Amino acid sequence: MDKLIIGRYIPGSSIIHRLDPRSKLLAMFAFVFIIFLANDAMGYGILTVFTFFGVALSRIKLSYFLKGLRPMLGLILFTVIFQMLFTTGGEVLFQIWILKITTYSLENAFYIFMRFVLIIFMSTLLTLTTPPLTLADGIETGLAPLKKIKVPVHEIGLMLSISLRFIPTLMDDTTMIMNAQKSRGMDFGEGNLVQKVKSVIPILIPLFVSSFRRADDLAVAMESRGYQGGEGRSKYRVLKWQRSDTMLLLSLVVVAAILVAWNLLK
Amino acid sequence: MQKILEIKNLTYQYEEASDIYAVNDVSFEVLRGEWVSIIGRNGSGKSTTARLIDGLMAATSGEIIIDGQTLTAENVWALRQKIGMVFQNPDNQFVGSTVEDDVAFGMENHGVPREEMLTRVQAALERVNMADFKTKEPARLSGGQKQRVAIAGIVALRPDIIILDEATSMLDPKGRLEIIRVVREIKEQYGLTVISITHDLDEASLSDKIIVMKDGKIEQIATPDVLFLNDNLVDIGLDVPFSANVARELRQNGLQIPEKYYTESELADFLWQSLLTK
Repeated sequence: MDKLIIGRYIPGSSIIHRLDPRSKLLAMFAFVFIIFLANDAMGYGILTVFTFFGVALSRIKLSYFLKGLRPMLGLILFTVIFQMLFTTGGEVLFQIWILKITTYSLENAFYIFMRFVLIIFMSTLLTLTTPPLTLADGIETGLAPLKKIKVPVHEIGLMLSISLRFIPTLMDDTTMIMNAQKSRGMDFGEGNLVQKVKSVIPILIPLFVSSFRRADDLAVAMESRGYQGGEGRSKYRVLKWQRSDTMLLLSLVVVAAILVAWNLLK
Repeated sequence: MQKILEIKNLTYQYEEASDIYAVNDVSFEVLRGEWVSIIGRNGSGKSTTARLIDGLMAATSGEIIIDGQTLTAENVWALRQKIGMVFQNPDNQFVGSTVEDDVAFGMENHGVPREEMLTRVQAALERVNMADFKTKEPARLSGGQKQRVAIAGIVALRPDIIILDEATSMLDPKGRLEIIRVVREIKEQYGLTVISITHDLDEASLSDKIIVMKDGKIEQIATPDVLFLNDNLVDIGLDVPFSANVARELRQNGLQIPEKYYTESELADFLWQSLLTK
């Protein structure tokens, strides 16, 4: 599991690390939309510079970002090749049957590639620099306005943070159950599809039962410590919006403005 | 001394229709500042009793009086504030995503202002020697460390009574001794009352009073030195203390040792003296 970069957090103390999770989340969403404003080399150039500036500020090695790209590589290549072969228009460079590569399709494929890379880089930047629980906090406070339309924001936040907290515990459980079943002669990953699916059951059911037991214990422990729901609670963890957060959002507005202006001028 | 907890004719049934009682007509009292152990074999109703005291389950009949007030459905949340409970499984009672969050959880529930929380969390973690682990996640802690965090969470709430529901039973000997030491220290410092449900000898030997339960009933209430003379300790869910084992073996081998419970150092002293007087 250690090879997986998606969702991993690398501790650090860079400017990016210290940003408010709310501003980072917001910036991430905004960035996805801004990317679609770019439609030529200049536009993607600006966004690439912006992204790499962020990566440099985070002081995390580039190799981590490249590793984050790896699981998506298949999907990216698939889309890029499709774009390359089936886009029509422009000067034809090469053609077999209905498949042709044109200047226009090459250009388009390159933009798609850049779009993928930039979005993945940005989301990796978000998860690498924000601890999951802070992210959960950010989502909870970000949802706060929805309280008015009776969305149970506190409950969602609590569920999120408890699930995140129990992920490693349940992972340990899973490994332990798997090893226990293996030591009793269970063979995982062998045979055809049906057999493989069947061999998951001896892991799944004990895991289910143990989760229920944990949930029960946790509920009792929470109650014994006076938990009565979201009403009248104070909060230990407080998010602070700093000047750098405003700067981040401003910089995004600036980038978006430049792109729009460039598109209009062209 | 003042009574902090009084249990009168407590009865609890898991199923009303059956005639199996998890707790059957249990009565005892606990004085302020006392350390009381409840021992007994599995299924003797110890944990059920503890949960009834904290109001986590409603008794079928009987009365629980905490600090002069009778426990009812209305005042259960208020009275629960006087009691802190530490449970058996260190993982399952860790609510917070980091150590400091977990310590703060109880205070958040009671609406303690944030400034106050910050100082109390720090003080409580220092009390249990976990201040260096403040920002660590539970997955990175050992079982004993997690239980220390659980205790810190309770220290921060400043209850009158701490109930340890087999809090050391999933720990290694080192972690167990560490927890007992910490609990003893905070008991002395804050004048707490400790009710400890245990199979552990060291914990039981520390107590002022031991309540032995069997099949949901109280079998015996005694001080440790009286109880440890008992021959069938294993039957009531405790090990035999090492010193008692040695004394018995020595008696069987013809040495004249009075029938009384010795701690290890008392037994050593007695043996030195008998060597000298020979």
